[in-house]
Amino acid sequence: MFKAIKRMRGKEVFLLICSALLVLAQVWTEMKIPDYMSGITMLVQSEGTDMPAIWKAGGMMMLCAVLSTVIGLSSGYVAAMLGGLYSKNLRSDMFNKVQSFSLNEIDRFSTASLITRSTNDVTQLQMFISGGLRMVIRTPISVAVALVKIWGKHWQWTSLTGGAIFLVMIIVVIVIRYAHPRFRRMQELTDELNKATRENLTGIRVIRAYNAEQYQEEKFENANNKLSDNMLAAQTVMSSTRPFMGFINNGLTVGIYLIGAYLINQNIGTTEALVTFSEMVVFSNYASRLLFSFMNLEMIFNMIPRASVAAERINEVLDCKLEIVDGPETKGVEGKEGTIEFKDVCFTYPGTDGEVLSHISFTAEKGETIAFIGATGSGKTSLVNLIPRFYDVTSGEVIVDGRNVKDYEQRALRNLIGYAPQTAMLFSGTVRSNIQYGEGGNHAEDEDADEEVRKAVEISQSKEFVEKMENTYDADITRGGTNVSGGQRQRLSVARVIYRKPEIYIFDDTFSALDFKTDRVLRSALKERTAGVTTLIVAQRIGTIRDADKIIVLDEGKIAGMGTHSELMKSCQVYREIAYTQLSEEELA
Amino acid sequence: MAKKNDYQLGQANINAAGRGRMRIAEKPKDLKGAATKLLGYGKDILPQFILAFSSSILSVIMTLFGPDNLSRMTNIIEAGMKSGGVDFNAVIKVAIRSLLFYLVAALLTLTQSLNLNRASQKLMKKMRNDISHKMNRIPLKSFDSSSFGDVLSRVTNDVDTIGMSLNMASSSVVSSIVTFIGCSIMMLLTNVRLTLIVITCSILGFMLVNVLIKKSQGYFTRRQSYLGMMNGHIEEMYAGHLIVKAYNGERESKEEFEYINEKLFENNWKSQFISGITFPLMELLSNLGYVSVCVFGAMMAKEGLIPFGTIIAFVIYVRMFTMPMSMVANSITNLQSAAAACERVFEFLDVEEMEDESYKTQKLTSVKGDVEFSHVRFGYDPDKIIIKDFSAVVKPGQKIAIVGPTGAGKTTMVNLLMRFYEINSGKITIDGVDTRDVTRENVHDQFCMVLQDSWLFEGTIRENIVYSMKDVSDERVEEACKMVGLHNYISGLPNGYDTVLSEDSNMSAGQRQLMTIARAMIQNAPLLILDEATSSVDTRTEQIVQDAMDLLTRGRTSFTIAHRLSTIRNADMILVMKDGDIVETGTHNELLEKGGFYSDLWTSQFVNAEAI
Repeated sequence: MFKAIKRMRGKEVFLLICSALLVLAQVWTEMKIPDYMSGITMLVQSEGTDMPAIWKAGGMMMLCAVLSTVIGLSSGYVAAMLGGLYSKNLRSDMFNKVQSFSLNEIDRFSTASLITRSTNDVTQLQMFISGGLRMVIRTPISVAVALVKIWGKHWQWTSLTGGAIFLVMIIVVIVIRYAHPRFRRMQELTDELNKATRENLTGIRVIRAYNAEQYQEEKFENANNKLSDNMLAAQTVMSSTRPFMGFINNGLTVGIYLIGAYLINQNIGTTEALVTFSEMVVFSNYASRLLFSFMNLEMIFNMIPRASVAAERINEVLDCKLEIVDGPETKGVEGKEGTIEFKDVCFTYPGTDGEVLSHISFTAEKGETIAFIGATGSGKTSLVNLIPRFYDVTSGEVIVDGRNVKDYEQRALRNLIGYAPQTAMLFSGTVRSNIQYGEGGNHAEDEDADEEVRKAVEISQSKEFVEKMENTYDADITRGGTNVSGGQRQRLSVARVIYRKPEIYIFDDTFSALDFKTDRVLRSALKERTAGVTTLIVAQRIGTIRDADKIIVLDEGKIAGMGTHSELMKSCQVYREIAYTQLSEEELA
Repeated sequence: MAKKNDYQLGQANINAAGRGRMRIAEKPKDLKGAATKLLGYGKDILPQFILAFSSSILSVIMTLFGPDNLSRMTNIIEAGMKSGGVDFNAVIKVAIRSLLFYLVAALLTLTQSLNLNRASQKLMKKMRNDISHKMNRIPLKSFDSSSFGDVLSRVTNDVDTIGMSLNMASSSVVSSIVTFIGCSIMMLLTNVRLTLIVITCSILGFMLVNVLIKKSQGYFTRRQSYLGMMNGHIEEMYAGHLIVKAYNGERESKEEFEYINEKLFENNWKSQFISGITFPLMELLSNLGYVSVCVFGAMMAKEGLIPFGTIIAFVIYVRMFTMPMSMVANSITNLQSAAAACERVFEFLDVEEMEDESYKTQKLTSVKGDVEFSHVRFGYDPDKIIIKDFSAVVKPGQKIAIVGPTGAGKTTMVNLLMRFYEINSGKITIDGVDTRDVTRENVHDQFCMVLQDSWLFEGTIRENIVYSMKDVSDERVEEACKMVGLHNYISGLPNGYDTVLSEDSNMSAGQRQLMTIARAMIQNAPLLILDEATSSVDTRTEQIVQDAMDLLTRGRTSFTIAHRLSTIRNADMILVMKDGDIVETGTHNELLEKGGFYSDLWTSQFVNAEAI
């Protein structure tokens, strides 16, 4: 929590101090008003005062009221500014930090968690800074000022007020003890309920097929009951305590008047009585402000844990040390363009102990097509992810264009590569903006970008559906590309790689959602384009990779075979097994 | 991505922003309609509501006497000071009465809030249960053709909004109005001139606050939009991190981020500030009333027009009077979004349900597996018939393969066989019985079904396999798992069959698929629907899954959405689908000879295999 506040920059700290000072001034002027009321009471009660005296006191009161408002407004301005600035900078810090993460760090936090941390948690903190912090500052100041005001008056009043505060504290403790944990559980239970709903929605066909409606409804009802009971319990505590808070406050006023009557009666006829009378009028005012401040404690105690959880989660991200750092080089070794070499590479995902790749060595010369095949979990994706340095090897070396990938600036390394991942990822925007995404690639100065986009779309076999879309190349793509089908997403993702014209192509199982026919046409069109360019293909289907220059068969992280299709059919048992599951004997013959 | 400045605010994803606890007031289409509907819906909790509201009204009235009592006490003390002796007994009497009033008020408030809580929780619970129930009673068509999916995902939000407003807003509106009226009456009864002063101040204040709320609403709406946009951008960039990195898209993404962040900041602090203004300004007006009451009251008291106690009473009335105004303004915003939520919920609850089939007494029992399609005509949209006239006879134990390119509508056949959708004309019979003559449940009982996206829910492995079947022994579960080759894997887990599957459980796609096959085996129905797409399964597991599927087809009439060549070639009948319709039927050889669409498909596949 404090760490998060410490992150404030100079301007924010200044605003925070201003805010505290303004709150102090505001509370002081506010509390000044009843003082004048006390003065007016004296004036009314004593004989022979003239009107101007009352006017004067009234004028002072008015001045205090206006002053207090002006200060209140400026304090509101400062708080809003502070909250806004703080969250803006924090959000920006978070975003930049996450952008600099390698997959390593992303895996550690998980994408979903990073999203909540950058959005919800930041909002939580902002709300605390702009609203809660003011309350945190205000409460002790109010208490102190009110205490100063009522101090040294009649002890009977003071002890009655003390008693009332004690009662309020008991209630606050009850609420914190019994209601807060339940309110905090709410989110969890709501999530559970949402999960039940989602489950019912996604499985609707299965549920109906198995006549399992009753079963699902019971499950939902269960979650619903839990949520309902929890909520009811929490609210019962809250609503049982609230009326008594009010009663204590009102009772205190009555009590003060009652004691006042007794005190006045004792000194009847003296000026002392008059003073007590005027004090009585304002004392109740101060006392109930004091009480309110203590009631606020409940809210503060509700807010602080939430904010500190958010702060902690944010700190975790901001304090995370980056594991992959830039090297100095921006260019590969001359004459080695388009080559890749793995030298005895071993790889283990950080934080786990199973070795995913062990002792992988191979080379790819410029213009070669290298294919990787093997069962799920055999390490194909992990292997290609080492080339753009999404992860660092545990031991061994990955060499691109004659240089270890660790020696490159990350930007420079990735500019050499065109990478299409397993799950095609489209961004909101247009077809064109998705294809032209990013920076780098080998684009000639005078090249016609529109023509290049058109070509990329054509090669990726997307032309037919893109030109059918409204606005064709400028057709809107929704976030995640949900308005095109899975196969279309994959094809656009391929178009993006093609447009980039990289030195090295990496296709990670990019053709799986395509039907056989489209797959075949796409690959033959692609072949023309990638001629002379090093290409790495990860695939499940043998048909996709049969004509590669070199096929590398992976089995549990090791190379089980390397060679052309016909070589492997003869020499590699694992490869043959895969072939047989995909095609019947006679087709292989 | 390149277009930086054409952000359409309307497109921003408000939903994402909804997670923060702020809500923009949505305008319901028909406030009165929503209220009437809710009233009708919540009939059985109406007594509790009425009890709650009446105690709330009574409680406010009791509280209103508070200042009056205080004023009396002051007057007695003041009189005593002048006459040389306070009538202490009278003071105690008023004090006790006053405390009593406050106590009764507190108890009434307690009654009100407890009842309101209970009632609104009951209503929320009922609403959620009804929604869950409804979900399984409406035809699939309604899901596929509308955005109910989105609506439902927000349902808990909507119900919460309704419950909250019922609980807080409605009671505060009621008590505010009563306070407002009651306060005016009490003040008028006490002193007319001072009342006019207070009311003038308050009305001025109310107008000011209203203007501010209107003004801040714009900032709030914009802030929500930008917040939604911001969250959207963050989500998108984080989800696409790999691509951002691979294509060096960081600068672009950061530029966009900074742009939104700056806008967000602007609207953020402005809305915060303006909404923050309301409170000090209300305070100022309340203070203005306070000062006026003090000064004018003092003048009047001086002239002996009013006793001093009146000033004391008015000082409290001023605060009581200004409070409800800001409260009502706030509550109305809340009630509006509740009404909008109500509309959405009722819209869903009013969707037409599937036909009640309890009158159908005919039942399919011990089915052999004869299935006949005769002149089936169907379209998802009645104006767009896709299956025009399809007839086929399937004998018990036959294997039917459904093939066609992606998007050809292969699941349509599943939808029709299972009566997820009703055909437009013609009929489908099982053992000679028209499927429309028996209940849907009865039809479903005749089928085992294994779909491509292996649907498992959060629960133990055993629960997932047994699912809705009753009285399944543990031995049978194990037997089924042994048959699909899962038993060893499951037994090896620390909790065996009682292992809880969660969203992030590390079961492979193949294993998940095998679980659904085991589930189908337990179901043990005479007909089988199988989607054998195994694109998500690795090659080795694929073999196991295929063996399990083959085992399942044995002795059953099966309809398979086929991807494997062996299935296709060995099928007794192949239904070739294209653009939604069944374009060809026949065996593999027949279709090849015909040289139509199927042979075209086959050849493109064959070219792949040829070189091997």
